[in-house]
Amino acid sequence: MPELRQKLLVLYLQNPGLGSEVTAWAIYDGTGKEHHTTGDSDTPPYTTVLDAMKDGWRVIQFPQQFPAYPGMELTTSYLRFEYILERLEEAIHD
Amino acid sequence: MIENNLLTSVQMANFVADGLLVFNELIPAEINGEVMRELDEKRINFGYEPQGQPFENLWTESQGIGALVRLPQVQGIIQSLVGPDCLYDHHCPHRVGPHHVDGQVWHADAIIDTRLHFDIQLFYYPHDTPREMGGTMFLPGSHLRRIHETDIGRYQNFRGQLPIVCKAGTLVVGHHGLWHCAQPNLTDRMRYMFKIRLNPTVRQLLLWNTEDLDDPEIPNILFRNHRWYGNDDRLEYANRIKFWRFLIGDENFDAHYWLTRIENKPERVAVHA
Repeated sequence: MPELRQKLLVLYLQNPGLGSEVTAWAIYDGTGKEHHTTGDSDTPPYTTVLDAMKDGWRVIQFPQQFPAYPGMELTTSYLRFEYILERLEEAIHD
Repeated sequence: MIENNLLTSVQMANFVADGLLVFNELIPAEINGEVMRELDEKRINFGYEPQGQPFENLWTESQGIGALVRLPQVQGIIQSLVGPDCLYDHHCPHRVGPHHVDGQVWHADAIIDTRLHFDIQLFYYPHDTPREMGGTMFLPGSHLRRIHETDIGRYQNFRGQLPIVCKAGTLVVGHHGLWHCAQPNLTDRMRYMFKIRLNPTVRQLLLWNTEDLDDPEIPNILFRNHRWYGNDDRLEYANRIKFWRFLIGDENFDAHYWLTRIENKPERVAVHA
């Protein structure tokens, strides 16, 4: 049996729809095969979450949506439409 | 001399939209060379000077950093954004060693800051900084977001992120809330970036050259989209209009009818025929 590890893909979308455009992204690779850091790519690995799903990624977190707190209707802060996806891949063996 | 080097209203509008202004190769080569000597020979204190003192007290004998901040062009930028008699907050000669493969996590400096009043940070690059040497990565348009320092550390890449790849003598001036991170340095040389934070002591009101205050492009600049915003772009425009109102002292200013619409609360009682 291969030793499987989790690889995470975090995609931030234009709006909550899974077919909307990716505006920001991050990859965290638990297999040890890839090294990712800030600013390491200018184009996202997928255009939409749906495209990533078609390529085998499983969505494991949907962003909750909350109405704005009174007085904070125009406030911007973190990226709101954050989807976390995973794939299980074989780990590197030392 | 400062009066001849003030920013224009269009430049200020760009600062409001992007949270930064880039001045490529602004600083002359002789000053860049002197700054490198000051850094290499540690003639400049790498730790903070006493904070909150008048900025003009700093580096009065220095022919590198001191000469840089006394340049009329730099004085004009500072005067336009934080006005006369600004205070020294802190400085730091940032260094990224050779063969450093990790980027710094995204962050904004200090803490959540709800003021319309703002500090500026000067990011100065004393030597050529090609992409493989990193440069600082900035996220244009992030400065009005209310976040706390490295709470944004999960993010890695954004559409529209801006790596500073520049020639020696380039100066970036940023709003204190701007998101940024140092980039990996894959070369075999040390990379420097000298940062200075300044606080205003006067109301930041029309401090620049306002001859072009009615430039018709200003509303369009304030509506510049940044591709990483997604659906939040409309909220950013509203916050920029509020920021511009603060800077020009006109609570009735609007761009593209954006705030007028949601501030419309008629009280007049209709008269029926």
